[in-house]
Amino acid sequence: MLTVWAILIDGLIYASWLFLVAAGLTVIYGVMRILNMAHGSLYALGAYAAASAIGWYYNGGGDQLWIALAMIAACAIAIGALAGLIMERGVLRLMYGRDEVLMLIVTFAMLLILEDVMKLIWGTTPYFAYQPYAAMGRFNIGVLTVSGYQLMVVGVSVAVGLALWFWLERTRIGKILRSIIHDREVSEAMGVNVRRMFTITFMIGAALGAIAGGVTAPIISVVPGVGVEVIVVAFAVVVTGGLGSITGAAVGALIVGLARAVSIHTMPELELFIVYAVMAAVLIFRPHGLFGQAVARKI
Amino acid sequence: MGLQKSEIMLIVAALAIGLLSFVIPDWLVFTTTLAIASALVVLGVVMLMRAGLVSFGQGLYYCIGGYAVGMGGRFLGVTDALLLIGMGVVVTVALAMLLGLLLTRYREIFFAMLTLAFSMILYGILVKSHNLGSTDGFGVGNWTLLWFDPESGKDSQTMLWLATAVGLAVALFLNRYFGSAIGLACEAIRENEVRVEYMGMSRRQILYINYVIAAAIGSIGGSLTSLAAGHVDPTMAYWTISGEFVFIALLGGTGHVAASFIAAMIFIMVRTYAVELFPNSWQMILGIVLLLIILFLPKGIWSLFTRKRRVAS
Repeated sequence: MLTVWAILIDGLIYASWLFLVAAGLTVIYGVMRILNMAHGSLYALGAYAAASAIGWYYNGGGDQLWIALAMIAACAIAIGALAGLIMERGVLRLMYGRDEVLMLIVTFAMLLILEDVMKLIWGTTPYFAYQPYAAMGRFNIGVLTVSGYQLMVVGVSVAVGLALWFWLERTRIGKILRSIIHDREVSEAMGVNVRRMFTITFMIGAALGAIAGGVTAPIISVVPGVGVEVIVVAFAVVVTGGLGSITGAAVGALIVGLARAVSIHTMPELELFIVYAVMAAVLIFRPHGLFGQAVARKI
Repeated sequence: MGLQKSEIMLIVAALAIGLLSFVIPDWLVFTTTLAIASALVVLGVVMLMRAGLVSFGQGLYYCIGGYAVGMGGRFLGVTDALLLIGMGVVVTVALAMLLGLLLTRYREIFFAMLTLAFSMILYGILVKSHNLGSTDGFGVGNWTLLWFDPESGKDSQTMLWLATAVGLAVALFLNRYFGSAIGLACEAIRENEVRVEYMGMSRRQILYINYVIAAAIGSIGGSLTSLAAGHVDPTMAYWTISGEFVFIALLGGTGHVAASFIAAMIFIMVRTYAVELFPNSWQMILGIVLLLIILFLPKGIWSLFTRKRRVAS
């Protein structure tokens, strides 16, 4: 019984982290049909920005938790949106209209570039930002102990999910974006500035990736390569759920998160590949993911 | 059947490499061997690209080929290089025939992601296999070639000859294959697969055969790499390695078999120098070059040759 509770709680925590990482990826794919391989690098950018900001704040004698958390959010959003703007205006803009698979390779090139840009800026020594994590202490849930910070990650994830839902379903821009998803050409003919919407979408998606990194920074040691590890897991989540669907990303995150928790508590040696096994298993039965829609092939 | 012009060119190039191996320094012999080995894996990626599929998981078969060589020597005591390569091909073909059944149902991003997932599954398994050295991998034992036991010191030269011979055989085969009915049908599938079905061909069957051959060639490349390097580790299956193969494939283009070999040589030479000169920014250089190729040379460096020829005629 204890294991079941541990699996549920660990799974939930891991799933909410997965959703945070995958949300930006799925937003960008949904609107722009670009599977962004550089998403992991945006995650790493956010993590580096948050870690240096927290390091600077605590080394300067600060000890207010809420200021540290606000700095994580502000730094991550700022650097993510900025990087997104540069990537979209500088590179992706030139590539619109090409194959989806070619865009995958274009973003792979951007991943290679960003990885080294980060090495040039932050060096190769690890950064630590454990203070907020330590400051939030641990809580008892029944017989289990959970860290307060990780509970906060669950909260952030739910908040991001709700905000995305509200943005896409209840605002004007969201309605415009849905029209682009539905039919790009017709919405362009109706006077929608698709290019500007693409820029906005990419900036928001990039900022979401950076937020995921910033929120994770206090839990991990930020080293070169964190992004490369994260991206394939995020891919697995969005492909499992169905590319471009927010609900899909949430459900995919839950399934993958719980599967991983089950494997950690029962068969730890399978931990690394359970994520991909789940994805492969889902795709066998639902070739376009759980919430994905099949498109007719051209004749 | 007479020899085609490109076949004569390939044979001459292989003979030239064989002769040059006497004069060029040892490190260049090693680099050329690695380039030929990578080019074989890249040719597998190119085969899939001709059918409109991008594989981000060719490292799976590259890794299997490498580990087959290592494990064959370690656990079965097999030392013959050709036999070791053959074992890798057998294992690979068996796995590819199984995965191919599934993968031929997918296109575009789903194909890319599923191939990536399968190679990452192998990576995950190898990292957790302690008797195979986990993340460190293990050393590949000494090998022999038929009746011939290469003495130490002459090792790398024999290795280059082996790689050149195998590379030539594969290149000649693929050169014919690309011009064969099935090879041409792959290009037709890339253009429009429904019409291929109208012509009475099974697209799944064509893609399946294509996939299995691509996998087998990738495995040969992995075996040659591990024989030359004398070491295998799980990163062979990591997805960034597969990304490098896609990179080289785009660099060369799908126009000709030889393009992959030239591209692999350029890639490995550039990497060797760039890692020494700019250890923290060579990936950035790769990324920028990749973007430039996609923008300005969408058909790879081979299009430079063909474009010139067309102007001349």
